[in-house]
Amino acid sequence: MTQPILDVHSLRKHFKGSGSFLEGKPRRVKALDGVTFQVLPGETFGVVGESGCGKSTLGKTLLGIYRPTEGEVRFKGRDITRLSKRASIRLKREIQYVYQDPGSSLDPMWKVRRILAEPLVIHTDLNRRAVRERVREMLAAVGLGEEHLSLYPHEFSGGQQRRLGLARILCLNPSLVVLDEPTSGLDVSVQATILKLFLDLKDRFDLTYIFISHNLSVVRMMCSRLAVMYAGRIVEMGETSALFERPIHPYTRLLISAIPMIGKKPGTGGEEAEGIGEPPNPESFPPGCRFWPRCPHEIEACRREVPDLRPGPDGRWIACHLNGGEG
Amino acid sequence: MTGSNDRLLEVNDLTVHFHTDRGVVQALDRVQLFVDRGEVVGLIGESGSGKTTATRSVLRILPPSARIAGGRIRFDGRNLLTMSEKELNATVRGRGISLVPQDPFNSLNPVFTVGTQVRDILKWKGGRGPSGSIEMERALDMLREVQIPSPWEQLKRYPHQFSGGQRQRLMIAMALLPRPGLVIADECTTALDVTVEAQILALLRGLVREMNVSVLFITHDLGVASQICRRIVVMYAGQDMEDAPSERLFERPGHPYTRELLESLPTPGGDIRDIPGEVPSLLRPPEGCRFHPRCPSASADCRRKRPEKVEIEPGHWVRCFHPVESQP
Repeated sequence: MTQPILDVHSLRKHFKGSGSFLEGKPRRVKALDGVTFQVLPGETFGVVGESGCGKSTLGKTLLGIYRPTEGEVRFKGRDITRLSKRASIRLKREIQYVYQDPGSSLDPMWKVRRILAEPLVIHTDLNRRAVRERVREMLAAVGLGEEHLSLYPHEFSGGQQRRLGLARILCLNPSLVVLDEPTSGLDVSVQATILKLFLDLKDRFDLTYIFISHNLSVVRMMCSRLAVMYAGRIVEMGETSALFERPIHPYTRLLISAIPMIGKKPGTGGEEAEGIGEPPNPESFPPGCRFWPRCPHEIEACRREVPDLRPGPDGRWIACHLNGGEG
Repeated sequence: MTGSNDRLLEVNDLTVHFHTDRGVVQALDRVQLFVDRGEVVGLIGESGSGKTTATRSVLRILPPSARIAGGRIRFDGRNLLTMSEKELNATVRGRGISLVPQDPFNSLNPVFTVGTQVRDILKWKGGRGPSGSIEMERALDMLREVQIPSPWEQLKRYPHQFSGGQRQRLMIAMALLPRPGLVIADECTTALDVTVEAQILALLRGLVREMNVSVLFITHDLGVASQICRRIVVMYAGQDMEDAPSERLFERPGHPYTRELLESLPTPGGDIRDIPGEVPSLLRPPEGCRFHPRCPSASADCRRKRPEKVEIEPGHWVRCFHPVESQP
């Protein structure tokens, strides 16, 4: 069996909640509460869920931007959660994170030339000439040209800014790239161009992607495997096609039936189509299975016990006391 | 075509320019669109296509840099472009036409209770004071209508105590309270999670049927439009490209732009197709049909003249010299 490139085990990340003077002690926000999964080299692993489900916290904790409260993240066999500062800087070359909004993550006062050279100056000992070479090469790889070198980030369109963000991380030749909502805010025709670029770069530079998104249609097209998160936990995980064709967890079923799709008659998604309630506030997750207040199949045990992520049919993992209400 | 008595909103040859430091942005170029009574019409297009400018022109709430350079807007038989501000406020804005905005978070006043804000609407629009208990009863009914549980208690709460979905329900209730003829919903589900979006769309569908109100539904999401609109107008770079019944538009688009747009949607297991080129700058938009630089069927005519709208099937208009051949 192939060694996973990333092996995440029982990862937890708790934050101190806001609390207030009147309410007394602040609550703990359990943004990630026991997340376990593996990513194989060369795959595109999707993480989907609605706002507040912990998908962005997951991405940032994997990278060490947040220090995990508990649990292990192994990258190529090595635990990377407790590295020295030096070792973690070295590691940052190999794992890269692409922010949701590239416009705000590029320094507005710098020209493209300097923005792209910066990581090379920090992380490598290439001479100036080699840095220049590499910057040109990466700019070309994302479909931009030399003429863009002396422009400022605001002079680029949304799609071009994403290209710049990608060129910047590719300079360091990473092996794992975490894409956090990489297409949010883009028009569909621009989105298609950027998705094409992701596929092209993945082949050319042997990349492995973790693709975090709330857009299920995009995830369905891009990812080989997929984890569905709800309120800080993975509720279902498996091959993308199997998961979309036969979702098992009641939340996955609700999520998939809610996608507004052309050609789908409104109000024909069955019991799940509209569902009830909204994703819970991270400061007050319900006890037990966090989906029970919205679940049509909920039984007594769901309110008390947290269901474990257990193996199901066709290589699937499901966290549900009732296996999705099918007994 | 339906008789003119059914026509609630009619926009004809609307041209809007923005005067900026960098020049004149030609935001709308002779746009035509209409909404009949009881109809839900989608206005779709990518960012910068002019959807928002078009609807703001209708309410005459454009920023000061904008000039309406030509065209006519009629609502309920009256000319909105010649109407005085006073008359607009008294009869159109928030009364004949109300708006459900994109962002329910910023559209409610955070320092007043929801009850105060609902009463304000009744006072201002109804012309009678908040003491009118019949009016208040209506407000409570409306909150029940949008499925806000125990509405009387909710009136004492502040906007931040509601979830995103509930806030959008509140906005819908407040928009419908003055019994408008037309509701303009501007990307009103864009900020919501997909499961909540489905609930709000279902709610809107029900209310529209029940109250026989017309809706102009602006969205960039073709899937959402297909779920709620009976007819759809497609915009590109400030021009209206196509106007067709929703099902027909998705099955047999007549304009090359609509076709390319539909093909760039993500499909499982399929190839990714994008539209070559970029959306043009409206400071110097292309002559003729503004899609011609990216269009696979562009000819010499397209570069010179803006095509007129052609009715290729009853109720299906395309602004193109070379509409996509419809397969039988």
